Amino acid sequence: MNGPHDLGGQHGLGPIAPEKDEPYFHAEWEKRALGITLSCGAFGAWTIDESRHARESLPPATYLAASYYEIWTRALETLLKRHGFVTQEELDAGHGLQAGATPKRILKAEMVAGVLARGGPCDRPVQTPPRFVVGETVRTKNFNPETHTRLPRYARAKVGVVEAVQGSFVFPDDNAHGKGENPQWVYTVVFDGGEIWGEGADPTLTVSIDAWESYLERV
Amino acid sequence: MSGHDHGHDDHHPDNHFTDMEARVKALETVLTRKGLIDPAAIDAIVETYETKVGPRNGARVVAKAWSDAGFSDWLKRDATAAIASLGFTGRQGEHMRAVFNTPDTHNLVVCTLCSCYPWAVLGLPPVWYKAPSYRSRAVIDPRGVLAEFGLALPADKKIRVWDSTAELRYIVVPERPDGTEGLDDEALADLVTRDSMIGTGLALSPEAGR
Repeated sequence: MNGPHDLGGQHGLGPIAPEKDEPYFHAEWEKRALGITLSCGAFGAWTIDESRHARESLPPATYLAASYYEIWTRALETLLKRHGFVTQEELDAGHGLQAGATPKRILKAEMVAGVLARGGPCDRPVQTPPRFVVGETVRTKNFNPETHTRLPRYARAKVGVVEAVQGSFVFPDDNAHGKGENPQWVYTVVFDGGEIWGEGADPTLTVSIDAWESYLERV
Repeated sequence: MSGHDHGHDDHHPDNHFTDMEARVKALETVLTRKGLIDPAAIDAIVETYETKVGPRNGARVVAKAWSDAGFSDWLKRDATAAIASLGFTGRQGEHMRAVFNTPDTHNLVVCTLCSCYPWAVLGLPPVWYKAPSYRSRAVIDPRGVLAEFGLALPADKKIRVWDSTAELRYIVVPERPDGTEGLDDEALADLVTRDSMIGTGLALSPEAGR
């Protein structure tokens, strides 16, 4: 979707303002938001792709004004309601009012170290060989789906070169919407700055994305 | 440990009970009372990223790459396995790639679409990495971005920006500073800043690192 999250190349968003010796958290609630988000992810009820889509589906003005832990929290509420774990009435009341969906797993303290150390690999085998080879010139597709995609707007309909075949991975455009993992080959595709930004582009710049095979076509 | 008390930090003058504090507290309360989450698990997650998983992990990877050519080669070919050999694995480090700065090319990592970041080696990302300004500008004006970090690269140095659009997570291996011959890996790791592994900085010189 062409949402507020797709930020590459936008202007007017201000200075970077790095904070010296920045703490990991700026408020106690941020710690809880991190832990709650990871704990609920362990339910097994939604995928990382669905959760990313929930975040980018926030109203643009909300998204751009929110800190990242706020974005996570708002999206998590959406996911918990969508999958029947809580209701808005319960969130408003601040306590449980009714039974809800049952998670596949509840993350207990003693499970945390193992779960974090394992992570969630999303490479998957595919039966077909890669369609593109290293060094091949490709063009990214031009599309504007209202659904989840990981092809940023600035890199659509651009000509680049396949630099690496990175393996085969869950296809987020499908997986975010419950259509299955449908893994595809992923390629690192590198573009000259001038191809992406045109006139005035930094002549020393190249930019790469990691692109699923169906984002690419032969030139 | 169950130190999930809220709002008792007296060090911030504006530490009133904010909307987000209330919102997150309500969420945690509902989920806990419904038996869906374990507050002690939240404590354990926070403790992990406050004390165990942080940029010192990545600094050890870089130091070993500087001091051990065989490891450096492994890191180029199979970063996930090479990094795992040092004990760093797991969430947001499942599929690692290491990109090496050279005299010709400086690497910079961003996630324009969200906040993808190599947690297993760098820990939790700083606020600026997740914020709209960095995410919008890194791909179109990297020199302007680097200038705001106090980093001015030679005009003819190539800049390669890696937009983390898939599940690969990138760590930059900065160039080894001059004057570091004879330093052991721990001393080398002291020179490797978080920002140097994102690409918004360089490794420290031995004088600066001391």
